[in-house]
Amino acid sequence: MSQLELKRNQVLEARFVADEDVLKHISDNGGVKVRKDRAQLALNVKRFVKKLENIYDDDDEAQEIMEEQNYVAVLGACAEDSLRNGPSAGGGKIYSFQTPKRSGKMAELASELAQTPGRNVTFDSSEYPEKPACTPQSSKKYSASNKPQLKSKKNEFVSTTPYRLRKRLTAPSLRSDSESDYSASCSEEEEEDKDHKETSDVILGQKTPSKTRAVPPSKKTPAKKLKEEMTSNLVEEYFEAHSSSKVLTSNRTLQKLQKRKLDQQTLLVLLNKAPSAFTAELKELNQQHESLFSKWMLQLHLGFSIVLYGLGSKRDLLEKFRTSLLRDSIHLVVNGFFPSITVRSILNSITEEVLDHVGTFRSPMDQLDLIMKRFKEDSSLELYLLIHNLDSKMLRGDKSQQILAQLASLPNIHLIASIDHINAPLMWDQAKQSLYNWLWYETTTFSPYLEETSYENSLLVQQSGSLALSSLTHVLHSLTPNARGIFRLLAQYHLENKDNPSYPGLSFQDFYQRCREAFLVNSDLTLRAQLTEFRDHKLIRTKRGTDGVEYLLIPVDNGTLTDFLEKEDEDM
Amino acid sequence: MSTSSVSKGCFVFKPSSKKRRISSSTADYFSEGKNDSEDSGLRFATCQLLWKQINSETEKIQEELNKQLFDNLISFLRQSYSEFQTKKTEWMCRMKSSEIPTAALVLGVNVTDHDVTFKSLSEVLQDNVTPYVVSLQAKECPGIKHLLQKLMGQLMDCCVDVDSFEEEECVNISQKKIRCSMASLSKWYESVTKKTGSETPSKKITSSSRHWQSPPIVVIFKDMESFTTKVLQDFIVISSQHIHEFPLVLIFGIATSPMIIHRLLPHSVSSLLCIELFQSLSCKEHLATVIDKLLLTTQFPFKLSEKVLQVLINIFLYHDFSVQNFIKGFQLSVVEHFYSQPLSVLCCQLLEAKKRVNSLSHNQCENIRSLPSFRRYVESQVSEKQIALLTEDSFLKEVTQTLLEDLHIYHENYFTVLRCLHVFTTSLPKYPLGKQIRELHCACLGKSVWETEEYGSTVQLLRMLAKDELVAILQKCVEIFISSSGKQFSNTVEKLEEFLARFQNLEAETNEVQDVSVSSQKELQKKTDLYHLQKTLLELKESKRSKKLTKFEMLRFEVVDFIDSLVRSYLAPAEMQTLNEVVYFNTANTLREHLNAAPRIALHTALNNPYCYLKNQTLKSDVGCISNTAPDICIVYKLHLECGRLINLVDWLEAFSTVVTAVEGTDPDSMATDQVDEIIHARFIRAVSELELLGFIKPSKQKTDHVARLTWGGC
Repeated sequence: MSQLELKRNQVLEARFVADEDVLKHISDNGGVKVRKDRAQLALNVKRFVKKLENIYDDDDEAQEIMEEQNYVAVLGACAEDSLRNGPSAGGGKIYSFQTPKRSGKMAELASELAQTPGRNVTFDSSEYPEKPACTPQSSKKYSASNKPQLKSKKNEFVSTTPYRLRKRLTAPSLRSDSESDYSASCSEEEEEDKDHKETSDVILGQKTPSKTRAVPPSKKTPAKKLKEEMTSNLVEEYFEAHSSSKVLTSNRTLQKLQKRKLDQQTLLVLLNKAPSAFTAELKELNQQHESLFSKWMLQLHLGFSIVLYGLGSKRDLLEKFRTSLLRDSIHLVVNGFFPSITVRSILNSITEEVLDHVGTFRSPMDQLDLIMKRFKEDSSLELYLLIHNLDSKMLRGDKSQQILAQLASLPNIHLIASIDHINAPLMWDQAKQSLYNWLWYETTTFSPYLEETSYENSLLVQQSGSLALSSLTHVLHSLTPNARGIFRLLAQYHLENKDNPSYPGLSFQDFYQRCREAFLVNSDLTLRAQLTEFRDHKLIRTKRGTDGVEYLLIPVDNGTLTDFLEKEDEDM
Repeated sequence: MSTSSVSKGCFVFKPSSKKRRISSSTADYFSEGKNDSEDSGLRFATCQLLWKQINSETEKIQEELNKQLFDNLISFLRQSYSEFQTKKTEWMCRMKSSEIPTAALVLGVNVTDHDVTFKSLSEVLQDNVTPYVVSLQAKECPGIKHLLQKLMGQLMDCCVDVDSFEEEECVNISQKKIRCSMASLSKWYESVTKKTGSETPSKKITSSSRHWQSPPIVVIFKDMESFTTKVLQDFIVISSQHIHEFPLVLIFGIATSPMIIHRLLPHSVSSLLCIELFQSLSCKEHLATVIDKLLLTTQFPFKLSEKVLQVLINIFLYHDFSVQNFIKGFQLSVVEHFYSQPLSVLCCQLLEAKKRVNSLSHNQCENIRSLPSFRRYVESQVSEKQIALLTEDSFLKEVTQTLLEDLHIYHENYFTVLRCLHVFTTSLPKYPLGKQIRELHCACLGKSVWETEEYGSTVQLLRMLAKDELVAILQKCVEIFISSSGKQFSNTVEKLEEFLARFQNLEAETNEVQDVSVSSQKELQKKTDLYHLQKTLLELKESKRSKKLTKFEMLRFEVVDFIDSLVRSYLAPAEMQTLNEVVYFNTANTLREHLNAAPRIALHTALNNPYCYLKNQTLKSDVGCISNTAPDICIVYKLHLECGRLINLVDWLEAFSTVVTAVEGTDPDSMATDQVDEIIHARFIRAVSELELLGFIKPSKQKTDHVARLTWGGC
């Protein structure tokens, strides 16, 4: 008992490592209790793993941790009274290392979400395999009520892992019935996982040693060793997951889905039809932000720059700010999301349109010098700079940011900008930040990034795809049958080699040979003339190989090409 | 004019000059958007005035702190210069080895503060040493050509500045046309020095008195670490060959450690330099001075509350070590305070504040009445006075005046006693109340310091102080009290001096006590047996416990009790003071939000728990859950968290449509019309491209119709 007392004391002292001590305590007390509380132990291990993520490596330096605590306490002290910054002020919880997920998960989750229309579903995935035993009632009810529905639905997820899905959904009841069954089912899962995929092996592999290690009562602080192993495991896990080039997802493609690709117009039309939810709440949110406008103006005038962050497009908000407060002053709006925006164009519009300067500059630096000189000379000159998406691909470079920061540091240029990317603050080092003199404002609007994403060559929109197909057919229809034949030949060869990753293209000589054999050309020159035509229409691309041979490639994705060939076959 | 276009990314809006009257001034924005814009004009003026004073004070502090460093630098320059000037021979032998005198200025990691230092350094140099000061930044000099260009450009400008008579000549040689080479530089230097040399002394008497004859060219490399090695090497090698033609001195600004010079420059190059090291004041000392001069003084009426000060100090200690940023935070809190607190109009010097109280409007009186600290005050009064306070404005104003005066006196006493207590606490081992006065200040501001554990241990430790330490501390305290402006401390000073005198008289008596203890010690030494030793020790302990205190100990107790009583009467927390809201800025939250924001957390919260922002009951959910009626992007985000490195778009789309159709009530089995399906498809596309914009995924070429996840792990 006294020993226990002692341990308690330790717990009190260390605070952070409570779970460690619990573990140690259990393991010290011998096997009987361990076996009894096996499930609990496993849970403990799990909890411990989770906890680890938040703990810093050296807990010996209690002082440091205390300071850390202080820091968090102060900086996060008021997190509760402001919902703005959310309940989880500590960053560790958010983007911590965690077990990689299996491919079937998404479908499972979706089905769960779908089956409980009016209700919320817990899907904190990290806890999924060991559905906590503390809520057996609810989970039992849940699985029971949904079982019949589930059976009917199963067929939908054929391509994913139906076995797992079924098991997962029936498992909770099993677990709540008897905890001893739990480990068995777990190992079963493990086996299944093994022949299923590699990634999950890593996690489960990590799980098992921790369990086995905890059971034998080792005298030397097992918890500590365990911890070290865990941390190294997490790191290894990351690299393991990212090193193998093997892709463990299903092979379905959008093409098979028989869903035609949407172009920008239809997309917009369709989106307009989509119901808009939470209009009242969104409006309220916007009104909150709008009430800050005059404060922003005040702070801009006092030499600060303002940066807006948070989920949702901030373009409309800034536009409203612009139209309501900047109507009578010179201002420059920069669409950072515009794909071909450059710092040069920003500087040019300042020198040419704001300062009415005629002439060119040798470098952006010179241009900046002139701007700074002019603004310093004339203190009545004021410019408001609104930049949507300061973190866009084109502006996030170090040099661009440096120039913009220097602009912002001028007392009569007032900068207000928005950022969206999660890593946007990494753009700025201390020096740039002090030049910018930022004041951060959280403006979560939840409004869709319509304008911002319209330029993006999105994965699914693929304007280029549909464009390419129509241009292909158009161009080829205007050509002679021979020329069409030449292109067909190349396309077919291209498709034959689509699985070859090191396919360099068709060499000119080979191509000529093939064309001759098909009676399409009679001389080297005619083929070259044809190819020039293709190249002008961007139907083919030539590349010089390492051996100096000219290779021909079709810069159109395989799907479009297949479509095209099928269409051609129909026509013929 | 709209600001969306497919061909343009920049839009300039230039209102016609007629319309472009002086659009609303800063003061207007100050008063706009506030319904309770009481005295906003006056408040803004007060705010500006206060900030101006604070700013000039900080500049003064900076100047004073740098003075020592600059003096050293100047004497270094003088030395290297005098060698060039007078001891030609010595210089010649030095020249043979072509060493360039170089000052390595170690400034510390707080890069943001360096600019100010360099600015004042070049000003000082230009005033006292030489007109030819060039400061270069790494980003301006990607190549040696640019560096020389910049150098020449800045030098020519200087030249125009000084020789206003020869202005035309200098301007004629357009900077751009000069072939920037060291040869032309030395030629230019020759011509310039000749001119000044040939000039009649009467003409240039002022400048020659300020500057030395044949002044050196000082080149400052502001951020030495960021210069490319090649540029630095080339420049040093080239200029070392011209060192005999004009005196050149280099100054390296170093943020890390002097070792960097040797890491950047190979031995063959660094041997061309004659380096002398200069260390600037550490940023922590700088901060301590700033806090001492700005916060721990009654000079400025504005005060920071404990939490705000903590936030600012934490940003300093954990993020940047930048005093500049600390001052920026201070500025922000000044602005915020005056902007948000209508009663801040009274936050000015006492006399002025008293005047302003008289002209307060009824609304403002109501504002005073609603202050929590004032309410506490009212509740402590007798009932007739309570009624008067709550109903009569004139009486309220009178009381407010006295209360303001009380507050002022409280501050005067507070700072003096705080310094006094600090003298005591810094001498203790382990510093239970903090080493810096700012820590002590924070401890006292927040809560009654004498109730804290740390204070208890402090007092205990104080009771163990040695005599000479105690005397030294007391003397310091006397000095502090005498130098303080408060008159009510004359009694305290007397008391302290009396203590000091008594300590002196103790001398003889303590000797006797020592004799006793020595004898007991001797007794102790005799016993060698372990049992007996233990016994004697126990006895000794017993006797000590019961022993009557020596006179010194009595006196020490008395002193500590006296200090304790001072602390209890004067170091009451500011929050307890009536009307503290007028001068204390205490919304630490806003400050933290604006200075030390966490955009990732905001994004994460919005995606995971939209209820935080959209107060709709259907979105309400527990931690780790998400309602399926949530905005599309939240659902898509949640689904994507389930995936590994690569995500199959088809699976994703299917999962998404399962969720969405379920919400809309359509039966997923009898798949709805094509129309609905397409809308869902479109919504999915939008959500996915939004995630791409936010940086959670990116297109992947590894497999068709797959995207790669960019965040590892999830929730």
